[in-house]
Amino acid sequence: MINAWEVGTMVAVVAGVVGFFVVLRGSAFPAHAIPNGAFAGAAGANLMGISPLLGLGAFSLLGAVAIGTLGRRTRSDVATALVLVLMLALGAAFLSQSTEYEPQIFSLLFGEILGVSTSQLTPVLIIGAVCILATFAMFRQLMLTCLVPDIAHSKGLRPAVVDLMFLVIVAGATTMTVPVVGALLIFTLMIGPPAAARCLTHRPGVAMALSVAISVSVVWAAIASSFQSNWPVGFFVGVFSAAWYGVARLAHTALRARRTTLATAISYTAAS
Amino acid sequence: MTTTPANSTRAPVLEFDDVSLAFGSRRILDHVSFEIRAGEFTGLIGSNGVGKTTLLKVILGTQRIQSGDIRINGTKRTARLRSVGYVPQKVSIDADVPIRSRDFVALGLDAHRFGLRRRTTEDRRRVDELLEAVDATSFADARLGDLSGGEQQRVLIAHALVSEPSLLLLDEPLANLDPRSVQEIVALLHNIAATRDVAVFLSAHEMNALLPVMDRIVYLTGGRAASGTTDEVVRSDVLSALYGHHVDVLQLHGRVLVVAEPGTTTDHLPSHETLKVD
Amino acid sequence: MHVLFKPGFFSNVPVRHALVLGAIVALVSGVVGVMTVVRSQSFAGHALTDVATTGGAGAAYVGVSPLAGFLGGAVAGAGAMEFIGVQRARQRDIATGIVLGAATGLSALFLYLNATSSATTGVTQQVLFGSIFTVDSSTITVTALTGVIVLLVLAVVWRPLLLASLSAEMAAALGTRVRLVGAAFIVSMAVAVGLSSIAVGSILSTALLIGPAATALRLTRSLRAAIVTSCALGVVATWAGILCAYDSYDWDPSSHGLPVSSFIVGIVVLLYGISGLPGLRRRAHARNRDVLRTHDAHHAMPGSA
Ligand SMILES: Nc1ncnc2c1ncn2[C@@H]1O[C@H](COP(=O)(O)OP(=O)(O)O)[C@@H](O)[C@H]1O
Ligand SMILES: [Mg+2]
Repeated sequence: MINAWEVGTMVAVVAGVVGFFVVLRGSAFPAHAIPNGAFAGAAGANLMGISPLLGLGAFSLLGAVAIGTLGRRTRSDVATALVLVLMLALGAAFLSQSTEYEPQIFSLLFGEILGVSTSQLTPVLIIGAVCILATFAMFRQLMLTCLVPDIAHSKGLRPAVVDLMFLVIVAGATTMTVPVVGALLIFTLMIGPPAAARCLTHRPGVAMALSVAISVSVVWAAIASSFQSNWPVGFFVGVFSAAWYGVARLAHTALRARRTTLATAISYTAAS
Repeated sequence: MTTTPANSTRAPVLEFDDVSLAFGSRRILDHVSFEIRAGEFTGLIGSNGVGKTTLLKVILGTQRIQSGDIRINGTKRTARLRSVGYVPQKVSIDADVPIRSRDFVALGLDAHRFGLRRRTTEDRRRVDELLEAVDATSFADARLGDLSGGEQQRVLIAHALVSEPSLLLLDEPLANLDPRSVQEIVALLHNIAATRDVAVFLSAHEMNALLPVMDRIVYLTGGRAASGTTDEVVRSDVLSALYGHHVDVLQLHGRVLVVAEPGTTTDHLPSHETLKVD
Repeated sequence: MHVLFKPGFFSNVPVRHALVLGAIVALVSGVVGVMTVVRSQSFAGHALTDVATTGGAGAAYVGVSPLAGFLGGAVAGAGAMEFIGVQRARQRDIATGIVLGAATGLSALFLYLNATSSATTGVTQQVLFGSIFTVDSSTITVTALTGVIVLLVLAVVWRPLLLASLSAEMAAALGTRVRLVGAAFIVSMAVAVGLSSIAVGSILSTALLIGPAATALRLTRSLRAAIVTSCALGVVATWAGILCAYDSYDWDPSSHGLPVSSFIVGIVVLLYGISGLPGLRRRAHARNRDVLRTHDAHHAMPGSA
């Protein structure tokens, strides 16, 4: 249980930081495809009798590189979809060859955060720290290439390379988090909290901090609720993330409406 | 602020009557009035962000106004009218989409209708005729996404014209073209206005390329507009009154320069023809 | 003959059903897919399979028909995406992601409840990977009927939708309600995707929606040709995949054959790869037919001499 809190917090922080750029750069589809496809790697590793973490790492890295390089040449959403289905098809083939795998599908897809062992903790912490450091090291490049691609280009940044490196970071985050929270949930955490944060502020630094805070609050609340109800953590993560986004959107609309009516009222008073 | 030319023999295609529009506290149109006539080439001139796109959207009916009247062909605009052709500022067609130039022009005929009505020989003849009118026959069967900016612009113009509108709106069609394409498109539009009896209304942040062909001008700044023939509007006294401070209009080798006095802000003067004397 | 078609291929009822069902799904996906790729909505197209699956899992828990669950889930998901709806493509993917995330959470819950409430082992695998070989003939009828309805709706909105996809502003200028036709499309897509995910599984659903369409768009010069090519490629890939899967039972007697979806996906991706070859692309991107002909003649010269 103590492990669950530690590892959950780490996952939430990584998702909040990396997810901020996932949302900003519009990489929601790759952020879904990489963890989902990587799950096939775990199935393959299981079949070959090696550590699932290796399979996960290899497949998420391969997926990221494939999406990054193919996406440059064709529509990136098409490239992502095809890489994803290819990895899933491989996963289905691996699964069909193994007989005793079935119960583990559920845990790989939805995670087993309440059953995290101490030996799993160290790799998660290391990979997570590396992902966060890499994101901060690339902060300016990541901002520039998506907000002002022309300027980025004139400064010698190659958007395609930055894109690829970002996808590799997503792959790293995936490898670390899939065994803990599952392939499907890391995606939820990388979208909901950062998207909610973006509704609440326009300042990048604040938005990222807010994204981490929301993400951590979601994970903590989910673990607590799951512990109480015995329902899967994933359910609560999904519901709380979506709820945060809904509330943030409402707040955003309300704030904007008030600003506009205020401004209009002022301008009319000034005119009359 | 409106100057009406003396020889207004024909009924106007488009009339703006005291139109006002603000986004919050920002006034985009402040009691703007002007008219546009068939067969004429009218330029809508103003610097970036002054509200040209917004004004065109008002004409299309996709942007609401706060007060005033807009009449198209004499009738007050209520619902959306199909008598207006429109070429927006940014159209990016992916080279991945297999849409030929002629397919895109044909969409101008029937993309507002539900269903898959078969296109008749008459439809096809009209598409061909328009492709020819904009000099696009040689790339009629090429993918739209593969064409250069100038070529795409021609196809978009043909699309907007194929339903035979009486008013053709173009939003900064010259912005991303090389000088030669600019000349070609301007000549083409001038020809279209004259031969097809269409009122061409084109927005630009730079008026020099349009001077040879522009019959009339609507000069927009700070929410206010001056309109009339180029000679009536692009004058020191008229523009000074519009800007609210003194500006000089210089003519150099057939080009126009609007020059502000030192110390006044020139941010809202149209670019490229603005000199700041410090 | 028997080298290619193992004995019993044509007399086997599940195989015959799979061939028919696969063709129906490939045809509907082929048409819907072209518009999906043109509109860059692949993510929504894929996400809706997962959302449909959530509906399926929910239906299993509540005890209603899985078909209703899949369709209901997909349509509700499409509605939610449209409701959150944001105009710019980049943000549209965020809306999709939010819905997908919430649906995933619900999936986790339903699967957990299903696993604890009844002995529905295998439901996970079935729901996630569904098999074309396990369908019955009533599914085929429903799929065919619903497919026809989807295609009819698409035919009605096709032209306004197409212009709205290329330039929303130009469509609005012609009086098209851009948001409305967009919504009509995503709901049609949801129905198509919901059906195909229950019929052939979520992996194949996405593969057949995106792969053949993207391939066809690269190879053709007009949308009509793209649609025909997309449908043809989808049907060919599906049938070839079914044949391979059937044959694979004999490849290695110790194993239990490979899943049909793996074969079909492999073929779909292979076709897409082939379509990227420069010679094929040149044909589709040639500026006009005359240029193409002279170019070909030029190339033919050395060989014929
Ligand atoms: N829907 C809107 N809400 C608030 N402000 C807007 C809206 N549309 C445009 N604006 C603002 O109105 C001004 C005029 O915009 P626009 O008409 O696009 O200018 P132009 O086409 O002359 O460059 C800009 O400052 C723009 O930011
Ligand atoms: Mg503009």
